[in-house]
Amino acid sequence: MKKEILSGNEAIARGAFEAGVKVASAYPGTPSTEILENIIHYRSINSSWAPNEKVALEVVIGASFGGARAVACMKHVGVNVAADPLFTLSYTGVGGGLLLVVADDPEMHSSQDEQDSRNYAKFVKVPMLEPADSFECKEFTRLAFELSEQFDTPVMLRSCTRISHGKSIVELGEPVTGLPEPKLVKNPAKLVMLPGNARVRHPLVEERVVNLGRHGDSWEINREEYRSADIGIICAGVTYQYVREALPEASTLKLGMVYPLPKGKIQEFAAKVKRLFVVEELDPFIEEQVKAMGIAVTGKEIISLCGELSPGRIRKAFSDAGIICIPENNPLQTEAIPMRPPNMCPGCPHRGLFYELSRLGAYVTGDIGCYTLGFMPPLNAMDTCVCMGASISNASGIVRALPPEEQRRVVAVIGDSTFLHTGLNSLMEMAWNQSPATVVILDNRITAMTGRQENPASGFTLSGEVAPEVKIPDLCKALGIRHVQIVDPYDLDATFKVLKQEMDRSEPSVVITNRPCCLIKGDGRFKADDVLFVDQDSCTGCRACLRIGCPAIEWQPAPDGKKGKAYIDPLLCTGCTVCQQLCKFDAIGRLK
Amino acid sequence: MSITNILLVGVGGQGILLASEILAEAFMLAGFDVKKSEIHGMSQRGGSVVSHVRFGEKVFSPVVPEGEGDILFGFELLETYRYLPLMKADAKVIANDFRIYPPAVLLGQQTYPDGLVEKMRTIVPDLLLVDGLKLANEAGNPRAANTVLLGAVSGKLDIKEAIWQSAIEKMVPKKALDVNLKAFRIGRSL
Ligand code: SF4
Ligand code: SF4
Repeated sequence: MKKEILSGNEAIARGAFEAGVKVASAYPGTPSTEILENIIHYRSINSSWAPNEKVALEVVIGASFGGARAVACMKHVGVNVAADPLFTLSYTGVGGGLLLVVADDPEMHSSQDEQDSRNYAKFVKVPMLEPADSFECKEFTRLAFELSEQFDTPVMLRSCTRISHGKSIVELGEPVTGLPEPKLVKNPAKLVMLPGNARVRHPLVEERVVNLGRHGDSWEINREEYRSADIGIICAGVTYQYVREALPEASTLKLGMVYPLPKGKIQEFAAKVKRLFVVEELDPFIEEQVKAMGIAVTGKEIISLCGELSPGRIRKAFSDAGIICIPENNPLQTEAIPMRPPNMCPGCPHRGLFYELSRLGAYVTGDIGCYTLGFMPPLNAMDTCVCMGASISNASGIVRALPPEEQRRVVAVIGDSTFLHTGLNSLMEMAWNQSPATVVILDNRITAMTGRQENPASGFTLSGEVAPEVKIPDLCKALGIRHVQIVDPYDLDATFKVLKQEMDRSEPSVVITNRPCCLIKGDGRFKADDVLFVDQDSCTGCRACLRIGCPAIEWQPAPDGKKGKAYIDPLLCTGCTVCQQLCKFDAIGRLK
Repeated sequence: MSITNILLVGVGGQGILLASEILAEAFMLAGFDVKKSEIHGMSQRGGSVVSHVRFGEKVFSPVVPEGEGDILFGFELLETYRYLPLMKADAKVIANDFRIYPPAVLLGQQTYPDGLVEKMRTIVPDLLLVDGLKLANEAGNPRAANTVLLGAVSGKLDIKEAIWQSAIEKMVPKKALDVNLKAFRIGRSL
């Protein structure tokens, strides 16, 4: 059999292909993004980006009702957006198998919170599978569709950053054959969730949870491994790998399905070990249910509720609690050194805008995307950031509480993709209720943060085909915004003027910036010979150009107590000219 | 057989991902179990990046347990130094002699520490300093510095040259292949 090293995301994509999936939809979100970017290579699957996660889930619900196997993918916070249809989907059940893949981000490597999506499975009353490496990602994806059809339920598959972006060896299989052809079937009693119909469905949902739990008792993806009887550990997902590494002698009950729990199997396992533990990342999800079964178990008393686990953290927790004895591990000693946080790219079109906002003393309600980095020094130009779309509605709300002179300072900042994700509803609200705040839509033509995915305004689909482009200015006007201005964020004076004008206005207004992300090849980019340089004789060392925090500009201290000077790295500079406009001494010029 | 733990560290955009893919591919071709893990997203934008590659008969965790790193493969000096506490005291270090200034240094608020190489040598004596850029230019392309370093790392591992060659052939685009193979050999001969 052909072996390949795949990431969890690649393996889930492969699993969807082997399971005969026909429709896939998603909104990009780290760490889930690459699932769809890999599914697109399987031409038998109709896959597309949706404007947001709710829409993505509703698209695959439609496909499933039509009899096709279908998958939606999102990150944990995306499930909050998709929660509305998800709950009712639990009641309708499925036609063709339906899988919702959710990628959690313990440790918040690139997220605003670290919610534990397993709680959704219990809340929604649907089964949740949790693979422990790429091999299982592919296997469990295939099994999820069988389970979905067997029990007439949507299935959730939970990954996490380490599984999604981790790579391990997978054996490739062939796609299944003989699945039924999709067709329209009317069944309103099952698919129209009016109270009368829904009341009939609810008991079926409860019964399904019980049946799934029984199924789990004999299902081999829940696996007992007996080693020493002293310590028995219930674990799942990547945590299983950490446990095996940290405590190789311990017996394990490795759960492949984390909801509903296989109670029979847990009782059996508990009876065979002297001390029972649950090791799980984030919430005491398994632990609380095991305790509710009346079984004595140790969990969050010794394992942190916050952040990612690792073999080291688990070993330390067990050793601190006096359960195992491990030799002290003295890490190599090093001195403190400068941190290296992420930064907006050289030539990023957001930089000029944030510079002017900060000069205007704006109170910036921010949103989720590259531009969230605008909060960092030296720009320091973002004051709030909650979730996608919240910038505009936050601004709308805050101005209602403020006196007029304070109202003028409030500016919401949101990217094009985020605006179309959920900012649209918020702007509708702002226009409708005439909240006098200013909204800046940073239209860089792409969903930049997750690695440049197309969106409904970019003019292309996931597969790169030309698509109708949402016209953002027209859209804003159609929502009832009377003042819509477009500005080039590389032109600092013009940006300042437009922002000032709109901030002074006592009605809602929108400013749209029009420079493409500098990572879009060929577009909005300058040629290599366009780079700027600092004329060392004219540079007075005033540090004005440093205030935008461009990674291409470097401060070079002078050795002899004299003032230092700025220097531009020609390999990094994109020639955007923003720094040049800040230099009062004409010291920055073009290299020609 | 025990597990060998390799950490690749540097700055987002330096080609760490590709180098770690080639490593993992070579270990699989050599018949080992292999796991690899790194963080995407934010860290790609000029932030600090670390990729874990582990191989052996059977690998569980995709991340290297703290203090158990065997080989540190550093693309940038400050980052090489930053991740030393994850290593064993007798770890092997292959460091690119290359500096990229972090934001606070660019702004003149902090200084890039002096004498990093000497400091590292006192902590982990087995350190090979490689002028990746210069050697990559010799191979014909400054962008092949990561392959030069990969070659140097391969010299510390007991895997046949033919296997490395197939891994590189699989992972590197055709038109860049010759330069990369040349860069790899230069690194391997160090
Ligand atoms: S990826 Fe694009 S939008 Fe993001 S920081 Fe870089 S240039 Fe700016
Ligand atoms: S022109 Fe100035 S601000 Fe723009 S990328 Fe070059 S150094 Fe940075």
